[in-house]
Amino acid sequence: MGELTPTVAAPGVAQANLDVFSGTLQELAATDRDLLVVTSDSRGSGKLVPFAERFPRQLVEIGIAEQNLVGVAAGLASTGKRVFAVSPACFLTARSFEQIKTDVAYSDNPVKLIGISAGVSYGALGSTHHSLHDFAALRAVNNITVVAPADNFETEQAIRAAAALDKPVYLRFGKKPMPLLTKEDVPFAFGKGRVVRQGADLILIGTGETTYPALQAAQKLAAEHGIEATVVSMHTIKPLDYDLLAELAATGAPIVTAEEHSIFGGLGEACASFLLQNGFRNRFKIMGIPDEYTVTGSQLEIMNHYGLSEAGIAEAALKLLKLSVMPSAAEASRVQQ
Amino acid sequence: MISEATISTAELARKSVQYRRNILKYIVGAKAGHTGGSLSCVDILNVLYNYTMNVSPDNFTSPDRDRYIQSKGHTVEALFVVLADQGFFPESDLETLCRYQSHYIGHPTRKVHGVEQNTGSLGHGLPLSVGTALAAKLDGRSYRTFTLLGDGELPEGSNWEGALLASHYKLDNLCAIIDKNGLQISGPTATVCNTDPMDQKFEAFGWAVRHVDGNDVAALQAAFDALPLAAGKPSLIIAHTVKGKGVSFMENQLKWHHGVPSAEQYEAAVQELDAAEAALA
Ligand SMILES: Cc1ncc(C[n+]2csc(CCOP(=O)(O)OP(=O)(O)O)c2C)c(N)n1
Ligand SMILES: [Mg+2]
Repeated sequence: MGELTPTVAAPGVAQANLDVFSGTLQELAATDRDLLVVTSDSRGSGKLVPFAERFPRQLVEIGIAEQNLVGVAAGLASTGKRVFAVSPACFLTARSFEQIKTDVAYSDNPVKLIGISAGVSYGALGSTHHSLHDFAALRAVNNITVVAPADNFETEQAIRAAAALDKPVYLRFGKKPMPLLTKEDVPFAFGKGRVVRQGADLILIGTGETTYPALQAAQKLAAEHGIEATVVSMHTIKPLDYDLLAELAATGAPIVTAEEHSIFGGLGEACASFLLQNGFRNRFKIMGIPDEYTVTGSQLEIMNHYGLSEAGIAEAALKLLKLSVMPSAAEASRVQQ
Repeated sequence: MISEATISTAELARKSVQYRRNILKYIVGAKAGHTGGSLSCVDILNVLYNYTMNVSPDNFTSPDRDRYIQSKGHTVEALFVVLADQGFFPESDLETLCRYQSHYIGHPTRKVHGVEQNTGSLGHGLPLSVGTALAAKLDGRSYRTFTLLGDGELPEGSNWEGALLASHYKLDNLCAIIDKNGLQISGPTATVCNTDPMDQKFEAFGWAVRHVDGNDVAALQAAFDALPLAAGKPSLIIAHTVKGKGVSFMENQLKWHHGVPSAEQYEAAVQELDAAEAALA
């Protein structure tokens, strides 16, 4: 896989993952009258206006009531409908958390929960609109697959896989256009991380919209420092790809994880927990949004501020590479922040 | 408790026009904002802050101040513009609205002086207000609590939980106002999830209800003067408003929910508002 080259689409060519979501859903709906989309005044932000026009009888509007959205979706799904419940990730996974836990996951109603404008996509609208908790919250719920597709290819694959799976799924989407990570020859399956670049010196693991800056950071490190990084698109947060993690960690290379999520309870801690409990002692850094009042700005400004960027991830990787393998206590406390 | 300082209805009307101009100015500056719903509710905020409520930068730390909690947090531009005019902070601060590292974000936040509660997720204002109104009853304080809801916001179940408890505790020191502009994001509220007849629903929940033209400052003064609408009951004022009010090409247009005016549109809007102000003089 050495010659894998990212096919970075020219600016303006890349679509938002949500556009791909809407297109794929229309394709599926055309041959499946039991496919329903359920929205909470969210069809516009979900890019579902074309869907609503084409399949008016397959879109159920709930009004601004996210708990009702998930409860009703679970009821619909229990009758055999294939239900996609679409709402901003922040409200869907916080306001409706108990409906997800009880009506969807515990009762095993196979609702596909689509969290839109996730992470800090809503930028300066602030913390009510950010979802920095959704991985952590849903990882702690039994019987739900948690997925954050990185690019248009993963998005289409994830929608099809979710539609085919008779189980609860949470899919998380941002709203900005996402360039393709790779040629489409790295296959996609839930629970299987995709290696989108190979290198022996370092392991960068992203999920959703942080995978692309991780890949950019890898290219920068190679060009400027001759450091070759493996980059993984860990689109599925749960179930996590333990086999791939073990295989990569066994090389001993330092690991940096990057997520548009709180540093608590998400991708990074999921990886760390597995590695530590299985005897791996790789140098390790979790990048994400720290436990503080989130800075104001656009999505890009917020991500840059917290180092979820090409430069930020490269810098964190360089710092980690300089750390001795077993840091002294003094060093460890300095690094911890 | 109507504030001692009285302001004329003519002065209130003039302020409404000035507020509308500022709302547009700072939305254009931020390249973001909830234009239609800020323009529909600003007369309500105007009358509350300039006429009805006992709250100002001078008494904001007093436990006896009246409370205003904006449940429809997305129309924060109306709130920020009115708070600036009240002297809670320099108006020029709003030039940083939504900018990197500013405290002035696109929703109410207590990082901004004068804001009571952080809102933005719909359906939070009424339960919060029931809490502050209940505390006044528990402590024997005479302050009042006002909360502003959107009409599209009403399907959130938390509103109905709050409404039920407000009458259970006979919170006649609580006034909820619904900005009934008839529109939300996806379409008319009547077709997205109908909540009419609103008055009968709240009356059945034990509230006293009054309808008012929510873009008429004199009518709003009279409605707030009549509080509490009934002894021992929470009051609901259903404010019939026009989304985008004051700028003809924005009125009742769905796309102006969070539309940002272009330079030409902004200029046309300001001209209209200038003319409206001149007509008042
Ligand atoms: C819990 C929650 N769900 C969804 C949203 C997104 N949202 C912001 S404004 C809005 C429409 C609000 O309509 P309405 O209450 O009628 O407000 P107005 O017309 O006064 O702007 C929606 C769905 C939100 N802020 N909070
Ligand atoms: Mg409305």
